[in-house]
Amino acid sequence: MELVIFVITAIVAIIGAVAMLTSRNAVHSALFLLLNFGAIAVLYLLLQAPFLFAVQLIVYAGAIIVLFLFVVMLLGAERDEEDANPIRWQAPVAITMAVLLIGEIIWVLVRQSQDGLARVGSSDSDFGSPAQIAQALFTTHLLPFEVASFVLLTALIGVVVLHQRRS
Amino acid sequence: MLPTIFYIGLSALLFVIGVCGVLLRRSTLMVFMSIELMLNSANLALVTFANQRQSLDAQIMVFFVITIAAAEVAVGLALLVMIFMRKQTTNIDTMTTLKG
Repeated sequence: MELVIFVITAIVAIIGAVAMLTSRNAVHSALFLLLNFGAIAVLYLLLQAPFLFAVQLIVYAGAIIVLFLFVVMLLGAERDEEDANPIRWQAPVAITMAVLLIGEIIWVLVRQSQDGLARVGSSDSDFGSPAQIAQALFTTHLLPFEVASFVLLTALIGVVVLHQRRS
Repeated sequence: MLPTIFYIGLSALLFVIGVCGVLLRRSTLMVFMSIELMLNSANLALVTFANQRQSLDAQIMVFFVITIAAAEVAVGLALLVMIFMRKQTTNIDTMTTLKG
């Protein structure tokens, strides 16, 4: 059962990613990216991470994609891309490198999978629950949590300053 | 439970698709979306290892990665809008002002 869900979700995720890469219209790309994010959120549920499932849907699907769609439609830049790449050798080299990279990753994974990727811990049904996440977030990881709030504040101020009208 | 290698393989595949997007597309918006895809695949690998080790630290790290990604998208898209207003294009080849 779990395998069936995984295979379906993985196919949806890969289709979303490839369609995002190949579609010429930026709005379509953003929507395919949304499909991919949704599929990854389902995988988080399979991996005992319900809190991250919610965060993924709210932040990525809810905020980031909407921001992308806003900007694409605001700029009217849906089809703003010439087909001719001035660097002609770039595409074949990039695809060759990508194939090499995926081959290398698969080789390392298969070699490691005998011992290094064995499952260790027991399957605790409470693992990854929001209560446990909050416990870890507000005790062990309190300092990074506060720093993250500063990062968000800095981003906020940065965006406001960038869009100030200079008279 | 499924073997860890399934999830890591999927994550690697999505990452490579993201790399292809950065290298092949000429629109800055598309490059940005591909970077988001790569961040997501890295997150998937982290959550997989959190599940495999039954340790919450990686899940916390994914939470922070999502936070940083949100901040990055806000600033990056603001910069893109500014560049578009000045140059009237999102083509990445026109942004050569910093070239030496």
